[in-house]
Amino acid sequence: MNEILNLLPSVLMMASPILITALGGMISERSGVVNIALEGLMAFGAFSAATTHVLLEASLPGWSIWIALAMAALTGALVSIVHAFASVTLNADQVISGTGINLLANGVTVFLCQVIFHHERTNSFRQGMTAGWGGIYPTAWIALVLLVAVWYVLYRRPFGLRLRACGEHPQAAASAGIDVRKMRYIAVIASGAFGGLAGGCLVLTQTIEYKENMINGAGFIALAAVSFGRWLPKGVAGAAILFGAAVAFAIYVVNIEFLRRLPPEFFSILPYVITLVTLVAFSGKDYAPRAVGQPYEKSGS
Amino acid sequence: MKAGGKTFLERVASSNPAISALVVLLGFLCGTLLVIAVGKDPLNMYRAIFQVLTGWDLTRGTWNSRYIGEWLVASVPLILCGLSMGFAARTGLFNIGGEGQYIVGLTAAQFVALLGPQVPVLHWILAVTAAMSAAALWGGIVGYLKARYSVSEVVATIMMNYIAFFASRYLTQLIPGTNTYKTPNFPETARLANDWLLDLTNKSRLNNGLFIALLAVLFFWFIMEKTRTGFALRATGFNKDAARYGGIDVTKNLVLAMAISGMFAGLAGAIVSLGSFSYGRVLGGMDGYGFTGIAVALVGNSTAPGTLISGLLFGMLQSAQPLMQSRQIPKEVTYIISGLVVVFISLRAGFGLILEARSKQRARKEATRDE
Repeated sequence: MNEILNLLPSVLMMASPILITALGGMISERSGVVNIALEGLMAFGAFSAATTHVLLEASLPGWSIWIALAMAALTGALVSIVHAFASVTLNADQVISGTGINLLANGVTVFLCQVIFHHERTNSFRQGMTAGWGGIYPTAWIALVLLVAVWYVLYRRPFGLRLRACGEHPQAAASAGIDVRKMRYIAVIASGAFGGLAGGCLVLTQTIEYKENMINGAGFIALAAVSFGRWLPKGVAGAAILFGAAVAFAIYVVNIEFLRRLPPEFFSILPYVITLVTLVAFSGKDYAPRAVGQPYEKSGS
Repeated sequence: MKAGGKTFLERVASSNPAISALVVLLGFLCGTLLVIAVGKDPLNMYRAIFQVLTGWDLTRGTWNSRYIGEWLVASVPLILCGLSMGFAARTGLFNIGGEGQYIVGLTAAQFVALLGPQVPVLHWILAVTAAMSAAALWGGIVGYLKARYSVSEVVATIMMNYIAFFASRYLTQLIPGTNTYKTPNFPETARLANDWLLDLTNKSRLNNGLFIALLAVLFFWFIMEKTRTGFALRATGFNKDAARYGGIDVTKNLVLAMAISGMFAGLAGAIVSLGSFSYGRVLGGMDGYGFTGIAVALVGNSTAPGTLISGLLFGMLQSAQPLMQSRQIPKEVTYIISGLVVVFISLRAGFGLILEARSKQRARKEATRDE
C-alpha cells in the first residue's frame, strides 16, 4: 500500500499534462469543434517550452521555467488558429485539419531543432521544474487551478453558457444574438493554449529535452479522457487521473511486488480499453455536445 | 470572364485532381522556400528526388537502379494504407485506425511466418492471408461499434491503434527465442523476396509485395466502381438515411467497409514485415505508414488510380530522406511538405466558398443586367 502511496507524485506528474490538455479539448468540443490536433499542439508546446528554457536558463534563473510555460501556451494558441480558420471560417472537415497539424508537428519542431541546435532534438536543460511539497510538481497545482477555472467559466458565467449553447444548437445560439464563429474561435484557441501549456508541463517535468515523438500519445489519451469524462469537468478530471495512474503504473510496475507479474503492456493498454468499453457501455445516452463536429453555416446572406 | 465560360480558378476549384496537384505544388513551394530560408540549396532537394525517381546521381554522375527499387518499397505500404483510408472514406467513415490495422496485420504475419508450416509459396500466402483476416476483423469491430452503438469511429480507431500496438508488443514477446526487440529469423519460405526483382534493382528490398499492392489497387477499383456492393457502400457514404430508405443494409455496409479497409492496412503490415525484414519485430514505436496513409488518400481523392499516384509521391518523399540528409538538407522538410499538403487540403472547403461567392456575384450581375 505504501508503495502505491509513494507513486502518488508520479501519478500526478503524468496526469497533469493529460488533464490540462483534456480540459482544452473539452472546451473546444463543448463549442462544437472536434480538436484531434491535441497531440500535435502538445508537441509544439513542448518544443517551445524546452527551447525557451534552454536559451534562458542561464540568464534568468527562476524565471525561465515560467516564461517557458507561457511561451508553450502562446505557441499552442498560435498553431491552433490554423485549425480554427479551417474548421470555423472555411467550414472544412474538422478531422482533416486536425490530422494535418498532427502530421506537421513532428516535422516542424524537429526541423526547428535542426536550425536552432543543429541536431534532431533541443539541447538538454540543466534543471527542469523542481518538485515542491511532498514531491508534487507545481504542474499538478496548475492543472487544479485550471480545472476550477474552467468549471467556473463554463458553468457559472454567462460566457460559458453561450459557449456551450454553440456546441448544442448553434442556430438557436445565433438567434439569441451569440456570435457562434467568434465563440468557436475562442474555444479552439483556448484548447490550443491549454494543449501547448500541457506540452510544456510534460517536457519540463518528465524529461530533459524535446525530441521526436516525445508526446507519445498523451494528446490522444487526453482526447479519450474528454469522451470518457463525458464532456464534464469532474468527469474529465477523474479520467485524466485514472489514465495518468495507468501510465505511471506501466513505468513503475517493476518496483511493486504484487503487480510485477503483470506485463507493463497491461497498464499501457488500460486507458484505451477502458475508454472504448465505456463508449460502448454508455452508448445510446448522448453525452456528447449535439453539434460537435458539424460546421456552422450561416443561413441566408 | 465571359458569361457561360468558366474562369481558370473555377475550373481548378471544381476538379478534384487539379486541386490535389495544386495542393502538392503549394506544399513543395513551401518546402523549397523553407530550405532557402535556412540557407541551403533547394536544388539539392530536387537532386535527391531525381535520384530516387531515376537512379541517376547528378552530383557524382553515377546510376544505380537500387534507388528506384527502394522508392517502390517505400511506396507499397503507403499505397495500401492510402487504399485503407480511402475505402472507408468513400463509405463516409474516417479511418484513423490504419496504423493499428497495419500493426495487427504485421503481428499476424510474423506469427504465421515463425510458427506456420514451412512449405514454399504456401507459407507466405498463409501468412499474408492471416494478416489480412486479422486486420479485417480489427477494422470490422470498429465498423460494428459504429453501426450498433454509434461509437465515433475516429475515437474508436485511435483507441484501437494503441491497443494493437501494446498487444503486439506483448504477444510478439511470447514467441520462443524473442528478445526485447526482435524474434528469431524468418524461414526463407515465409519471405516475399523475388530474385528477378532483386537482380533488376541491384539488390534493393523490392519484393513480391509490389505485385500484391498492384492487385489491391485493381481490387479497390473493381469493388468500388463496378459492383453492386461498391454502389451500396458509396450510397451509405453519401447519405446514410437515404441509403437505409433505399433498402440498403447500412449496418452490414459499415462493418464491411471497415473490414475491407482494415484488410488493406493489414496487407501493408504483412508486406513490410515479410518483405523488408528477415526477422519479426517487437515494435518500439509506430511505423507511421497508417498515419501517412491518411494524407495519401486525401491527396488521391480516395480513388484507386489517385491513391496509386499519391502513394508513389509520398513514397518518393520518404525514400528521398537519406539522400537529402547526405546533401545537408534536413529530412524533416519532407514531413513538413506532407503535413502542409494535408492542411492545405483541409482548406479545400475554401475553394467551395470562393466558387459560391463567384456564382452569387455573377447571378447578381445578370439579374441587374436584365432589369
